[in-house]
Amino acid sequence: MEFGPHLMLATLEGAVTAAILALTAMGLSVVFGVMRVVNVAHGEFYMLGAVIAWFVASTLGAHPAVGFVAALVIAPLLVGSLAALADVLILQRISYDPERTIVATIGLLYIIQQTTLMTFGPDARPVEAPFNSRIALPWFEFGDGGFALYWPWGLSITSYKLFVIAAAVVILAALWLLMTRTKAGLVMRATQQDSAMAQAFGIPVARVYALVFGLGAALAAMGAVLIVPIQQAHYLMGGDPLLLSFIVVIIGGLGSLPGTVIAAVLIGMSDGIISVFFSPTLAKILATLAVAMVLVFRPQGLMGKSAA
Amino acid sequence: MTGKDAALHLGVLAVLLAAFFVLPEYHSGSLARIMVLAVYAMGYNLAFGYTGLLSLGHALFFAAGMYGLALSMQIGGWPALPAFLLALGAALAVAGAVGVLALRTRGVGFMIVTLMFAQAGYLTVLYFGAWTRGDEGFALPQEVRNLFGLDVTTPAGRYFAALALFAVVLLALGALVRAPFGRTLIAIRENEARAAMLGYDVQRLKWIAFVVSGVVSGAAGAAYALLFGYAGATFAGVQYSIFPLLYVLLGGAGTTLGPFVGAVFMFYLIDLSSGITTAYMLVAGLALVLLTLFLPQGILGTLRRRALPWLP
Amino acid sequence: MAAVILSTRGLTKTYAGVQANTDIDFDLPEGEIRAIIGPNGAGKSTFVGMLCGRIPATRGSVTFAGRDISALPAHRRIALGIAYTFQITSVFAGLSVHENVALAARRRLSSSAETEAKVAEVLERVGLADRAGQIAGDLSYGHQRILEIGMGLAQAPRLFILDEPTQGLAETEIAEFKDLIRSLTGTTILLIEHNMGVVMETADRITVLNFGQVLAEGTPDEIRANPEVQAAYLGTAHA
Repeated sequence: MEFGPHLMLATLEGAVTAAILALTAMGLSVVFGVMRVVNVAHGEFYMLGAVIAWFVASTLGAHPAVGFVAALVIAPLLVGSLAALADVLILQRISYDPERTIVATIGLLYIIQQTTLMTFGPDARPVEAPFNSRIALPWFEFGDGGFALYWPWGLSITSYKLFVIAAAVVILAALWLLMTRTKAGLVMRATQQDSAMAQAFGIPVARVYALVFGLGAALAAMGAVLIVPIQQAHYLMGGDPLLLSFIVVIIGGLGSLPGTVIAAVLIGMSDGIISVFFSPTLAKILATLAVAMVLVFRPQGLMGKSAA
Repeated sequence: MTGKDAALHLGVLAVLLAAFFVLPEYHSGSLARIMVLAVYAMGYNLAFGYTGLLSLGHALFFAAGMYGLALSMQIGGWPALPAFLLALGAALAVAGAVGVLALRTRGVGFMIVTLMFAQAGYLTVLYFGAWTRGDEGFALPQEVRNLFGLDVTTPAGRYFAALALFAVVLLALGALVRAPFGRTLIAIRENEARAAMLGYDVQRLKWIAFVVSGVVSGAAGAAYALLFGYAGATFAGVQYSIFPLLYVLLGGAGTTLGPFVGAVFMFYLIDLSSGITTAYMLVAGLALVLLTLFLPQGILGTLRRRALPWLP
Repeated sequence: MAAVILSTRGLTKTYAGVQANTDIDFDLPEGEIRAIIGPNGAGKSTFVGMLCGRIPATRGSVTFAGRDISALPAHRRIALGIAYTFQITSVFAGLSVHENVALAARRRLSSSAETEAKVAEVLERVGLADRAGQIAGDLSYGHQRILEIGMGLAQAPRLFILDEPTQGLAETEIAEFKDLIRSLTGTTILLIEHNMGVVMETADRITVLNFGQVLAEGTPDEIRANPEVQAAYLGTAHA
């Protein structure tokens, strides 16, 4: 393929990555924004979403679309409930002390991951896409006959991938409405501003925290259900999304919803494009170091105004 | 007070010395490995337990030592002793540079920055797979693995080399944390702002503690490669940054013997469960959650608080 | 008049566009006990924070013992002989009373014997000798404040800055505090204080801050008689 079509393909693949990343990172961002909690187990909630999607789809065994839709409802609900439970049983009991919270969520990471290994097994398992027609994409050239469109071999995308992008946009828009237009969103934002004050005004802060932690995990699970027809479910699949979500959330400014989306698009797209042209390992090394440097030299990006 | 400390430390070392002749070979082999991992955790403890620097990236220093030794022996054809010194130098350089950068942040920022640097280090090991052989790793040939004429490929050589390193680090760090320098580190952990307003150069002291911690971790990594004859990318991964944290939390942060006690417990817990299931890291996860919930001061920390206030 | 040990010129602090301190020129002669008073929000803590380096100044200079220390970080200023006690009690809560004082003394003293002697002397002097082994966090609030003062004394400072040392102390403890301060002959003391009894009885001179500026300066009697000071206090009291 020539450079132009190649770049377009990379951009489209990048858009799919960006869409999933935006959902996953948004979960991390909402949790940090409202609760000031860094959830290291976030990637495992993502993985759990994918694994549950496989269980649902393979148990139902009906048309792929039925299994997929069921998974899209069931997986986020289950994962969200599990996360809320973890919040009540573990994080609330250590009063969200920042360092102990990280240690506890590292523990949670291993518990979820290893339990999945024991039940789901070490194999990667696919979920069939509800629809998956190939759409060839045109490219243009200036030849002897002037401007002309043609369909280069290999330049195509599946209808499902386009659906993933659209679905992510719809879910993020719904989240935006939830946070800005509903009472639940108002309660969350009030808790974020000042949890002691919120408590004084009769907001059940403990319950809000459990719900927010569940919501964050559910967003990751949704991202995973969407990705699992493209990328198989595997018990170790949570590592990369965790790292990338961290990167997104740090670049975008923790807790900022628009910032998270912009950073996710930026990083998702560049991740796709860079890994087409360079070694993915080198790209990851550079990205990781760049994020570390952002944190070192602009710690307020992470710590907000609390940094002394 | 110091007399009791020294007696306890020497007593533990004497028991470990005798243990080789008493224990069956399987367990003395495990104990050699535990002592090396305990050295790693003791290094970690200086940063986390004494200075309050919760690093999630010490695998970087362990790996710097491990690859510093293994690559200079494998590719450079160096003998073990200079390779070991080079490994310490590598850990010193990496910890020094990471310290300068990471110590500009604090708390959660510090945890994530150290995690990120270690991740970059892990990926670098993978990137240079032509030399490091990535996850698969490479073995050091048996004939080059000897130190001062001691063949560390035999069970006895391995055990006593591990014990010697363990003894040196235990006694040196034990003395360090009793000295004014160590007391000041504890003060920084307890109340950094106050320590600065007593005239201590907090930033410099934290850096020194971090670097010493990194070098000790690197010594453990180098010893691991030399004694067990293997270097692999796994040792640079997140899991190996979590292990020393786990050992120290379990044994008791800010106690001299806590890292060893934690390493013994955790090693055998994982060893026993890996006989039953491949998901042996489940034990580590459960331990982390239960410790944060119910025993935040660890075994020796709780013991010190409840019964033995003199415990070093 | 004695030599000036501390002076500031044009010292200013701006927080997000709001001036907390504006062009403060201040001179403190060696050996004097000086009180800084002023209504809440007058910028007293900001001012002393800039002296010891805890708060970076927006502009202006600080000179200590003939040396411009404006560019030095806090710990270097402390090392030159300034001690500072926090407005909100700040001891090493997890460490023993003895270790708290030893940490203060140790930076300056090379041998452990000297440190031990200094700690014993200080604990005796502030009346905490029988509590040396207790964990500082278990002490009563009043005792923690006294421990803070002890930590300041253990540094044998040339200038001792105390930010509201008697806040939260009982009457008897305040009386002891006044005796303690008066017994520190030779040490220059800068005291932020709300308790007018303490100020009038201990201070040689008083500086009044209002809206981040020096409103007046003089002996306790002069300050008491100053109509501007009265207006500032009455003004805020009825605002």
